Amino acid sequence: MPVIEARELVKTYANVHAVDGISFDVAPGESFGLLGPNGAGKSTTMRMIGGTTRRTSGTLLVNGLDPETRGPEVRASLGVVPQTDNLDPELRARDNLIMYGRYFGLPYSYLRPKAEELLAFAQLTEKAGEKVDNLSGGMKRRLTIARSLINEPSVLLLDEPTTGLDPQARHILWDRLFRLKEAGVTLIVTTHFMDEAEQLCDRLIVMDGGLIVAEGSPASLIRQYSTREVLELRFGSERNAALVDRLRGYADSIEPLPDRVLLYTDNAEAALAKVKADGLDPVTSLVRRASLEDVFLRLTGRSLVD
Amino acid sequence: MSAVVARPSERGVRGWLRANSAGRVGAVIERGFRVVGAQNWIIIVSGFFEPVFYLLSMGFGLGGLIGTVTGPGGRPLSYAAFIAPALLATSAMNGALYDSTWNVFFKLRFAKLYQAMLSTSLGPLDVAGGEIFMALFRGLLYAIGFTGVIAILGLTTSWWALAMIPVALLIALGFASVGMALTSYFTTFQQMDWINIALLPMFMFSATLFPITTFPVGVQWFIMALPLWHGVELMRQLSVGVFDGSSGVHLGYFLIMSVLGVAFTTRRLRSLFLR
Ligand SMILES: Nc1ncnc2c1ncn2[C@@H]1O[C@H](COP(=O)(O)OP(=O)(O)OP(=O)(O)O)[C@@H](O)[C@H]1O
Ligand SMILES: [Mg+2]
Repeated sequence: MPVIEARELVKTYANVHAVDGISFDVAPGESFGLLGPNGAGKSTTMRMIGGTTRRTSGTLLVNGLDPETRGPEVRASLGVVPQTDNLDPELRARDNLIMYGRYFGLPYSYLRPKAEELLAFAQLTEKAGEKVDNLSGGMKRRLTIARSLINEPSVLLLDEPTTGLDPQARHILWDRLFRLKEAGVTLIVTTHFMDEAEQLCDRLIVMDGGLIVAEGSPASLIRQYSTREVLELRFGSERNAALVDRLRGYADSIEPLPDRVLLYTDNAEAALAKVKADGLDPVTSLVRRASLEDVFLRLTGRSLVD
Repeated sequence: MSAVVARPSERGVRGWLRANSAGRVGAVIERGFRVVGAQNWIIIVSGFFEPVFYLLSMGFGLGGLIGTVTGPGGRPLSYAAFIAPALLATSAMNGALYDSTWNVFFKLRFAKLYQAMLSTSLGPLDVAGGEIFMALFRGLLYAIGFTGVIAILGLTTSWWALAMIPVALLIALGFASVGMALTSYFTTFQQMDWINIALLPMFMFSATLFPITTFPVGVQWFIMALPLWHGVELMRQLSVGVFDGSSGVHLGYFLIMSVLGVAFTTRRLRSLFLR
């Protein structure tokens, strides 16, 4: 049985179709990613899964229960990292973890050692007695992430978890997430970092305007929506757009960005050689493998100049 | 993809409880007590002293000019003894409304405290119940303090005055439950000023500072339809231990207001917390 079964989920605010009929399944132990530009409906989807936003229509089951009619039971096995931290400003760092555990009905005998372990994971042991307002932005983020683990959830909802984290903290989190995954925890992640999505997600959906525009594993999405390689050329911001027409013959498709032009081709080295041979002299050039970033640009970005 | 067949959700009270409560209102109360110590003591202390200052300045200051007024059962009453019970009723109302409107709205929209609580296994009923309990607890402290003050000042003449404490709680429950339900309709802080606009005249004219007989009969009827007047009258009767048929009406008014208010809040619970 899937951990999450969503069918034709719709959430409409006053006049915005935040989520406009999406369907997906998430299998137990899977790492599932939600990607999409700002306002695509990712956070709204997350909130519907937790039963903290009422859906307009559609069906949704989490561990076989409808979060709307069985919210408390559904959330008992859920860990939630919201996009914006909502720590309790009237409690100190450690008490934030302990009180949150109390909301789950967990006993102090369990919570005290658990809180210490999570503080260590968040590298906040020294700040345990600090007021939340006195923590830095990244520290608050780490505390919010630690808090989501207090009830040892079987499903973890992470809404842009690494935003605001320094590289070290980000790797500590990734490491923890990999270990949770090994332990069978299902992860639902939204992120704007494509490298993170590629690393963490077994499968992902790309949303835009409340709809799913693509679905698959990172590798299959790259295969489907991009060429094998990408040639990045910079001619200086004035000339990038002007040269698009002349570059057309060198690649399967071209994506002009403000600071550079992307050429999608299966052999980027060869394309670069031809560009140079024809007397176009890019300021810099880069040959690289296609990534999820390219898929994302293609699916949700400006239309391609084919 | 196959269609998901959702199990029919339980209907009735049991189903509703499953959707809205983990039966863990205690955890919300636990948090409440934990932060009481850390809270802004100025606000807490000022909540206690406000009616005391009113009593001292108006009751004794103004009272010196006024002398005695007619109290329950037509007995003469010093002006301070006349307004003291009214001030208790008013402070119970103000405290309950502040907690159930401004405080709830702030925690909902700005501190996002309720979002955090509701991402645990708590349900909206647990949160609302815990918050109303904390509002009543603060109200209880104020009521005990103020009743003590007026007893010491010799403004009560009956043991019935002790019953002013639970009645203050009942008044608070009536206003808090209605206030919380109203908060579910608010989207901006400005809208909450409407409550203040309604409260001030209600305080001024509900026979708090002068007898209702000052007004023409039509106005009297209007005032008698408003809740504060009933609270004021009941408190006044309790402070001297003199009752008549109206006492039951006053008590009944707040019992019904509380039942309706709790039902109203319950209906609005999901609109309030799950936007
Ligand atoms: N409480 C709300 N009231 C009204 N509209 C809302 C509300 N929450 C979200 N929306 C709207 O719904 C749409 C989807 O918002 P959502 O927060 O789900 O996007 P998102 O994909 O998480 O974006 P981001 O990457 O910026 O976090 C947006 O158009 C947003 O303006
Ligand atoms: Mg979001």
